[in-house]
Amino acid sequence: MIEEQPLEALEAQGLPARAAALKAEGWRLVQVCCTSQPDGRYELSYSFDKAGKFMSLRCYVPREGAAVPSITPSYLAAFAYENELQDLFGVKVSGLLVDYQGKFYRIKGKAPQAEPLSQPAKPAPAQPKEGN
Amino acid sequence: MPFGKLANTALLGVFQAPATRVKPRPAFAATRGHIEFDIETCTFCTLCMRKCPPGAITVDRVARTFELDPLRCIVCNACVGVCNPKSLSMSSAIGEASTGRQVKRWHKPAPPAAAPKAE
Amino acid sequence: MGERTIIPFGPQHPVLPEPIHLDLVLEDERVVEAIPSLGFIHRGLERLAEKKEYTEMAYVAERICGICSFIHGMGYCTAIEAMMKVEVPERAHYLRIIWGELSRIHSHLLWAGLLADSFGFENLFMQSWRLREQVLDIIEETSGGRVIFGSCKVGGTRRDIDDELMGRALAQLASLEAECHAITDTFAKDSTVRRRTAGIGVLSKDQAYLLGAVGPVLRASGVASDTRKLGYGLYDRLQFEPVVEKDGDSWARTMVRVREIYQSFDLIRQAAAQMKPGPVEAKVSGNPTGEYFARLEQPRGEVVYYLKGNGTKFLERFRVRTPTFANVPPLVAMLKNIDLADVPVIVLTIDPCISCTER
Repeated sequence: MIEEQPLEALEAQGLPARAAALKAEGWRLVQVCCTSQPDGRYELSYSFDKAGKFMSLRCYVPREGAAVPSITPSYLAAFAYENELQDLFGVKVSGLLVDYQGKFYRIKGKAPQAEPLSQPAKPAPAQPKEGN
Repeated sequence: MPFGKLANTALLGVFQAPATRVKPRPAFAATRGHIEFDIETCTFCTLCMRKCPPGAITVDRVARTFELDPLRCIVCNACVGVCNPKSLSMSSAIGEASTGRQVKRWHKPAPPAAAPKAE
Repeated sequence: MGERTIIPFGPQHPVLPEPIHLDLVLEDERVVEAIPSLGFIHRGLERLAEKKEYTEMAYVAERICGICSFIHGMGYCTAIEAMMKVEVPERAHYLRIIWGELSRIHSHLLWAGLLADSFGFENLFMQSWRLREQVLDIIEETSGGRVIFGSCKVGGTRRDIDDELMGRALAQLASLEAECHAITDTFAKDSTVRRRTAGIGVLSKDQAYLLGAVGPVLRASGVASDTRKLGYGLYDRLQFEPVVEKDGDSWARTMVRVREIYQSFDLIRQAAAQMKPGPVEAKVSGNPTGEYFARLEQPRGEVVYYLKGNGTKFLERFRVRTPTFANVPPLVAMLKNIDLADVPVIVLTIDPCISCTER
């Protein structure tokens, strides 16, 4: 069974307000994910669940100088995910209520998952290529 | 009184069979133990090398050698599935222990040149 | 107002199956705050998905964790199948349910043993693990591996269980279920177990919901939420209700897991009865595109697999949000204002599987 997973696009600045509205309606935070795109942006997905229904908020920030406001004033549980964003991706999260200042993940370098490794498929050429 | 229960447990402990296995049990047929290879039937098609997830197999088509690194092998059975002449097989005995990385190598010299076939 | 000291808990600790570090801030003997720190077993498996073909990544996904390994592989395959719109045959779904529930039984028995060990009840620990050995034997006989099953692939399962083997496995499970009662009655009734768990580490219903708790931690606080009720992979054809307890303390979490063992025995019987002969794999061709969040119920709670494909055979993103990661904020909340001696038991009652958390 493939469930319906609607995406709602919004700007990064609108996250705290939208999160507060979702909390008032009774939605539960499921996860926060960051994908590094080849075009130099981070794609952030904040997923929520209420009684089996699932929806996600989607926003984009540039990779250089990435900054998002925190949703911990509404969802305190997000501190784990937002500290992970800081440690693994180098995203600056402002207003984080429980901030471990980069020490949540004990890793050697900075932002190890920042660069994408896989490149998207090239558009199909006019005739089929041989081999791979 | 608990003394009766204590005596009961003590007697059972003396006369009952041990709760744990005393001898190792025979291996199941489905157990993935280690990979066995028969060089005689190998055609050096290199499919197993491409399918191996950790890259434990190295096949050199020109030099006609087959190398298997038992420590890299995760006994997933993928190579056994794609081998057409069935040279690779899974044995249910757990692989033997070793003290260092020892790559197993096989080599099959080329057959003597056959007489050219009439086309 | 006492003096504050900081005591490190972990990464090595007898109760922890995997390493996590907590800095406990103590005032005299009461813990006022706990600061978690991860990274001891971070292997960067999410990055590996961007370098390995998506069919081979199923093997890596299974090896994220040794205790919950099958459902990791199943979740990965479920997400790829949803993205590529692959019709998995029914028999493969039932086989996955059977292996998934066997994995849940073995995980809960493992956890029960560790809990008993954490307060020194070593005999109960050994008896639980002795019963777990019987489950591992069934798993090995049906799938080939004790802990890493290696039986899930994109499009179905790699092997089938024939009727004779299924009958034998069900008979063994029935006798195992009878033996399990001795263990679970001890957990339910023994006064020493109660002394160490009842009333300790209380998480109220609202706190559990708002802090994002999942799995037995959430259900022990009174919220009837079980991801299997979403009906993925033919779970909607089985009859079961989420196991719920009201108190929200460590004893409630213990009883939820103990009762789930029996629920899993029942689910395996139901699935084996409904299973019909047929193929176990579907043909998969092409590359994944698009994205999907696959949500499954692991022994520890709700796990989310986010996969994003870009048309090549390497995925663009593979993200696993494991249940223990979601249970870290409730753990930090539970560790406020408790005695130092209760910390190991509370940490263990969230069932920490740190190698899942840190992939």
